[in-house]
Amino acid sequence: MPESDAVRALRAAAPSALAVLVRRYGDFAACEDAVQEALIAAAAQWPRDGVPDSPRAWLVRVASRRYIDEVRADVARRRRESRAVELEPEPAPVAAVDDTLTLFLLCCHPALSRPAQLVLTLRAVGGLSTAEISRALLLPEATVAQRISRAKARIRASGEGFRMPQPTELDGRLAALRQVLYLIFTEGHTASSGDELARVDLSAEAIRLTRQLQASDPDASGETTGLLALMLLTDARRAARSDGAGGLVPLDEQDRARWDRGMIDEGVALITEVLDHAPIGPYQLQAAIAAVHDEAPSSVDTDWIEILGLYELLDRLAPGPMVALGRIVALAMVEGPQAGLAALEASESAAGAAGAALAEHHRTWAVRAHLLERSGAADAASLAFAEAARRTLNGPEQRYLASKAERLRARS
Amino acid sequence: MKYLIQIYSNPASRAVWNGFTPEQQAEGYEYYQGISDDLASSGEFVAGEALADISLAKRVTHDDAGTVASDGPFAETKELLAGFYLVDCESETRAVEIAARFPESQFGLVEVRPVLEMASGSDV
Repeated sequence: MPESDAVRALRAAAPSALAVLVRRYGDFAACEDAVQEALIAAAAQWPRDGVPDSPRAWLVRVASRRYIDEVRADVARRRRESRAVELEPEPAPVAAVDDTLTLFLLCCHPALSRPAQLVLTLRAVGGLSTAEISRALLLPEATVAQRISRAKARIRASGEGFRMPQPTELDGRLAALRQVLYLIFTEGHTASSGDELARVDLSAEAIRLTRQLQASDPDASGETTGLLALMLLTDARRAARSDGAGGLVPLDEQDRARWDRGMIDEGVALITEVLDHAPIGPYQLQAAIAAVHDEAPSSVDTDWIEILGLYELLDRLAPGPMVALGRIVALAMVEGPQAGLAALEASESAAGAAGAALAEHHRTWAVRAHLLERSGAADAASLAFAEAARRTLNGPEQRYLASKAERLRARS
Repeated sequence: MKYLIQIYSNPASRAVWNGFTPEQQAEGYEYYQGISDDLASSGEFVAGEALADISLAKRVTHDDAGTVASDGPFAETKELLAGFYLVDCESETRAVEIAARFPESQFGLVEVRPVLEMASGSDV
């Protein structure tokens, strides 16, 4: 859904306006409310009267007035302050970049749960209203509003001021922030149903916020760039991923002409550039894998040896059930389905939590089913697809897996 | 992650409830309200209701002849759905923790089920 210039401008100006207010008044929670009200006023006025020359100055002025009306009951002082606000020069833009990063990190404060970090980031940094967030997450507005106010109370209780965390903490905080942005991105694969005009596209929102982070973060690690590339290279396939009736189209059956070439080119350029100079990390590796897929003319003509190598590296850096499965799929494409099935067997019977997590996961059953199908064992494949369908928590995926099971049963 | 917490009643749990004095029943309702309030303030509450008596249930049949809403027969059912909560929380572990607060869990009458996501998910 194309957004109006006004909406784009107000969302882009939201974090730096909030930062100005927090620097000025110190109370993050109350300032955030005031900026939110200013954003709502802007959403009503700007489309009608045009975007002001300095969106940030406009938001700061209106939000400051709201804040003072709200927080200061002393009328005389309020008048003095209002006059001062009108006369106050626009703060130097040089701080805006650091401010955005500071704000990002504050929203991902370790005292907050992941769902709380996610909604607060969307509202304070993204400039989305509670109503927009609740529609995007398919939750009641009261639930989201409560999450936001509780998150702000937690931040207040933590005593963390509006400043960069200690250098010793910074890496961990940035890693958490990247995780939140990736969560927002994956939340954004919203089903295409008719009446979605009013719904925010969370994937696009996550990409926008990650761009902002990349612009404000020196990113010595290269992982923020890796994350941005991963999002672009994944979202590029969105149009081909569903069949128009909400059904799922797996990667090897997608019409590659429907992939977004502009996004792929940008993602490939980003990942190529960052792999040259940054230390390797999990997001960069996932982006590199996505790039190999996106550059291949078909599933068969994909460089599976390259993908296998990247998964082996990823398995060492950030092991997990999804990585293990990705490696097995690639191995099966290189060495055949029997090799894949043997590797699956070996990984599942591995001692400890890793083996157990893999054995329980619906994707494990889906991968087994595909490999059995390719090796000609239609009966066993049908049973494995049915088991995968039972275990998944995703509707479209369940439909796809169940129909695979059904078709194979009919054939055997 | 959304979870549906279903709270059932059976003859044993109904006997306990019916044996309560009006004061004790009022306390029971307050206890439930307390759970609802906690879930609302933690930002995990999506929806929740207690259901009216099973005798008021209608079985709906719809075909070419039209729609018929008929009574029961539900009498032989031992376990009945008494109420539900829809919560949105971080993990299944947390949903189970919430479910354990309902007194019916002492009778093994509380069930937690994950909700299907209708979004298109990631590539497979």
